[in-house]
Amino acid sequence: MSDVLEASPQVEVVSRIEVDRSAEWVVTIYWASSLIWLTVATLAGLISSVKLHNPDFLGGIEWLTFGRIRPVHWDTAIYGFGGTAASGTLLWLQARLCQTRIPYPTLLIAGGVIYNLGILIGSVGILMGQSTGVETLEFPLYAMPLLVIPYVFIVIANFKMYFSRKSSHTYVSQWYLMAVTIWFPILILSAEACTNLGAVDGVAQAIANWWYGHNVVGLFATPTGIAAAYYLIPKVIGKPIHSYHLSLLGFWSNSIFYNWAGTHHLTGGPLPAWTITVGVVGSMMMFIPVITIGINHHMTMVGSFHLLKTSPTLRFAVMGSMIYTLSSFQGSLEALRSHQEITHFTHYTIGHVHFGMYGFFAPLMFAMMYYAMPRLTGNEWSSARLIRIHFWCTLIGMLLYTIAMCYAGIRQGLMMNDPSIPFLKIVDFTKPFLMLRTLAGLILLSGTIAFLINFWRIVQPHRLRFVTPTLLTTERDYKMLLDKEKELQGNDQ
Amino acid sequence: MTSRNIGLVLGVFLTIAASVTGLVIIPNWQFRELQPVKKADGSQYPVPFFGEQLKGRQVYIDQGCIYCHTQQIRMKGYGADIRRNWGTRRSVPRDYIFEKPHQLGTMRTGPDLASIGSRQPSVVWHALHLYDPQITSPGSTMPRFNYLFTELKEGDPLPAGSFPSEVVKLPPQSNRPGITRMVPTERGKALIEYLKALNKTFPLPEAAQ
Repeated sequence: MSDVLEASPQVEVVSRIEVDRSAEWVVTIYWASSLIWLTVATLAGLISSVKLHNPDFLGGIEWLTFGRIRPVHWDTAIYGFGGTAASGTLLWLQARLCQTRIPYPTLLIAGGVIYNLGILIGSVGILMGQSTGVETLEFPLYAMPLLVIPYVFIVIANFKMYFSRKSSHTYVSQWYLMAVTIWFPILILSAEACTNLGAVDGVAQAIANWWYGHNVVGLFATPTGIAAAYYLIPKVIGKPIHSYHLSLLGFWSNSIFYNWAGTHHLTGGPLPAWTITVGVVGSMMMFIPVITIGINHHMTMVGSFHLLKTSPTLRFAVMGSMIYTLSSFQGSLEALRSHQEITHFTHYTIGHVHFGMYGFFAPLMFAMMYYAMPRLTGNEWSSARLIRIHFWCTLIGMLLYTIAMCYAGIRQGLMMNDPSIPFLKIVDFTKPFLMLRTLAGLILLSGTIAFLINFWRIVQPHRLRFVTPTLLTTERDYKMLLDKEKELQGNDQ
Repeated sequence: MTSRNIGLVLGVFLTIAASVTGLVIIPNWQFRELQPVKKADGSQYPVPFFGEQLKGRQVYIDQGCIYCHTQQIRMKGYGADIRRNWGTRRSVPRDYIFEKPHQLGTMRTGPDLASIGSRQPSVVWHALHLYDPQITSPGSTMPRFNYLFTELKEGDPLPAGSFPSEVVKLPPQSNRPGITRMVPTERGKALIEYLKALNKTFPLPEAAQ
């Protein structure tokens, strides 16, 4: 196994098994942390959610007051779950696509430990009342080096893999992964400098804040999710991506326009009109990358939808890429001034964030894990039923969440714009929808627990080796599929 | 390193360099010159928060008030901020020149607080509302901040550092057995001072447009 396979006399290529061996520990540690933080974030979200319809739930406890547990929810979701899930994905995908071993494994593992410590310290800091008060950058300054330094290790490893790869060819996922590691350090350092390090005050700080707040999703979570979809969909169905040229157009238009979209979070605020206009234009232009990327993903799937019945990876990946299209359309329209007049400052925005994060980003990260973990560990997923529970809980919980919050948000916004309606009446109106959200949160939590059990079992050494991959079908379905496959092949000939 | 690789790295870098310039550097440069204006009585607007207000601002931040309350008034004809009496005029960049960190907010689970000090100047109202929002606003989903107050039973002595004038009598509907009065702690007092100081009603000329 230690021998390097030779694909051609000049090009040394490391076999997939070699790549996966080198990645096993590093990637498993990042993904395991991500699932732990996802559970923490979901619990913190649930507590926040209950507090918004039953303010006396855990009431009067300063550490758990809404204004503290709520930022802990978002920060553990984006940095805890998002950061580690995306980093694990980045390292494994880049190693696979560059056909190289993961460099500096010890450094990367140490980085993972430090990063987790940073999130823990930052979250406890917020619960103790040491939040910086800047949305999405709440972690106290002393926690930030623990988050930034490990990321430097990931950037170095990514550059090393990319530039020492043997083949000159690159795949679209690699562009996105390279872009993330260039954007994110610049993004977080400029944002910290402008807010918590105090280089900028007042309204200019608010713009920098939302430039960051929007881009941390757009230039970190989104590109990683798109990279995963570009890799997984063709890989599972065994067809090439629909169009190379579209992927090029999608990549560059996404890179150029997403950067500018953030100021729509301040529509109507005390800013010069041009800053908002820039944000609206940036958001509208996002239709270009969203449509091109959508065409590329969905057209690749055409003719292979029957595989959704069997493959766990494909189910999550296709769910993620479809909701990428939908939530991006929603986001672009949301940026319009007439839309913002109603939905800004309401639960609609919260619904949209969860639609994107839990409908698009998270399922693609789950898909990556479903695909890669058996290859990394040499074990199979122990239970198809748990995968099915995870999938349906994710889909149903996320849809219930989004629909309840977006509907409530529109009504809430319309009522707020009618000054004859007393404010407390609006609060009263939203309560049943906020209860539905708690229910949605519970459904999502059940899915996460199902996944945790399966993940716990797959990382057990040499206990649960299965000969065949875990698929989602019964034997009868599987036979039907085989017949259909034969039929399709028959048509081709 | 092929030219295509350099193109990728450079191009990606340029996309973010452009937005840093456009959305971080230029706005900062545009607002750097903003100064307070002189009022007719010789005082200034805005003035930086100081003393108790500044401590109270820290409490506002650490309690996370921003997650439910904004501090910005949208202009007439866009939303109903002014008609809801949350402010008398739209807010403008000059209102915020001393804000560090900014607390503009993005969510209105509760009403806007840009000028809460002018809407609710009463210390007693703020004390009761923070101690238990159900007293002043039944049905509200705001949390209780009872830990910012010292609860007193009948006959309990005042805690050190508090004055009899700061004691607030609880109304019968407060539903706390045995507790008849309460007095804000240091942090409670500071938060109330800060909320009372929130006032963006001074008619700045640029807000009239």
